[in-house]
Amino acid sequence: MTKVTMTVNGKAVSGEVEGRTLLVQFLREGLGLTGTHVGCDTSQCGACVVHVDGKAVKSCTVFALDVEGASVRTIEGMANADGSLGTLQQAFQDHHGLQCGFCTPGMVMTSAALLAENPKPTEAEVRDYLEGNICRCTGYHNIVKAVLAASGQDVSAVAAE
Amino acid sequence: MHNFEFVKPSTIAEAVKALAREDAQALSGGQTLMPTMKQRLAAPAVLVSLTGIPEMRGVCRNGDALEIGAATTHAEVAREAAAAYPALAGLAGGIGDPAVRNLGTIGGSLANNDPAACYPAAVLGSGATVVTSKREIAADDFFQGLFSTALEEGEIIISVRFPIPERAGYAKFEQPASRFALTGAFVAKYASGVRVAITGAGQDGVFRWSDGERALSASYAADALSGLSVSPDGLMADLHGTPAYRANLVKVMTQRAVRAS
Ligand SMILES: Cc1cc2nc3c(=O)[nH]c(=O)nc-3n(C[C@H](O)[C@H](O)[C@H](O)COP(=O)(O)OP(=O)(O)OC[C@H]3O[C@@H](n4cnc5c(N)ncnc54)[C@H](O)[C@@H]3O)c2cc1C
Ligand code: FES
Ligand code: FES
Repeated sequence: MTKVTMTVNGKAVSGEVEGRTLLVQFLREGLGLTGTHVGCDTSQCGACVVHVDGKAVKSCTVFALDVEGASVRTIEGMANADGSLGTLQQAFQDHHGLQCGFCTPGMVMTSAALLAENPKPTEAEVRDYLEGNICRCTGYHNIVKAVLAASGQDVSAVAAE
Repeated sequence: MHNFEFVKPSTIAEAVKALAREDAQALSGGQTLMPTMKQRLAAPAVLVSLTGIPEMRGVCRNGDALEIGAATTHAEVAREAAAAYPALAGLAGGIGDPAVRNLGTIGGSLANNDPAACYPAAVLGSGATVVTSKREIAADDFFQGLFSTALEEGEIIISVRFPIPERAGYAKFEQPASRFALTGAFVAKYASGVRVAITGAGQDGVFRWSDGERALSASYAADALSGLSVSPDGLMADLHGTPAYRANLVKVMTQRAVRAS
């Protein structure tokens, strides 16, 4: 076992891990942050997306030791300081951007990375950026709507079906 | 996944030394190697991360060439090569999805030499030079068939040097589930002639389409390829397309790459 240290949602954390411990295992099992989900475990579905030093990555395909010293943000870090839902989270609720909710942590984290890079994306840009995030419930339209709404754009004209 | 010892050197010399240990393997973005390890198709005893070596990262223009560190991510190439070599930046920006691009690297992609990967087409199509811990390898000698390259045991890619073309384009017919190329064509025009590299189609991986190169060197226009036909011999057959289907795509994607250039 080796000691790993990082900042998660603004808090310094550390733990003992094996070489093969995945970042997502460290977050879920080591820190109890079970908001980050594992869907496929093969870097296909995006349910496990978190930010490492501001960049969206699939935490099932990163070793915990490889991000020693990094700053990590998970879905637990997306709420407002008073515990209420953050803008993106609220938009997912308002626009019915989730059904079972399994993909939602990854969808929110990927969308947050998009809005940080591109604060007013087009519908096509949202769809393109979410290419690596799979949802088996919603059919995507309402997710796209939620992201556009969170960026402060009018979504009344976006496909609703 | 079997356990291993994880090491993260900060210099090339330390990495080469660590890789000389028994059953040691290089780790770059991990986007290919980690799934392989989960399936136990690879089980290194020592994993040597190359992402903490500053000399192996970044995009740098030296005169007529663009040098890219092997541990530079696809997202960094998409951004930092955009001015000097837009076709290459566009190719990098079209690999996988944003999260894959934030970790996957050019060196990992080339060392892996997946027959449907994008970078091998750019490297072969540009006649680039692969700079390793031991020597410099011309693109024409580097790719040696499916998942196989000229790299020797313990040899790592340090950087890749691309001669900057007058014009270039990449067109990928995407396999929608994997996002790899069902067939992709990279075309680059130099004073010395045009090079065309095809990925996703050949049974032995990336290859140069010499008839296409001759036609485009004589006249650089998509129409110059109209009269050519590609033989399906030696092309891949799978669930997604027959050799004849891919043969047609070779020409169509090369034409699209020329138009995009
Ligand atoms: C969902 C998904 C979609 C993808 N879509 C595409 C696509 O559209 N096009 C495409 O081209 N690729 C695609 N890829 C593959 C992706 O580009 C990988 O990042 C890449 O193939 C491997 O790079 P890596 O840095 O992750 O390498 P790793 O997985 O870390 O390593 C791969 C292999 O290379 C070796 N290696 C790594 N670095 C070096 C080095 N410097 N010197 C010598 N050996 C080295 C390793 O030992 C290993 O054997 C996709 C991957 C995923 C998961
Ligand atoms: S669980 Fe990581 S991508 Fe699916
Ligand atoms: S809401 Fe169920 S998978 Fe997306």
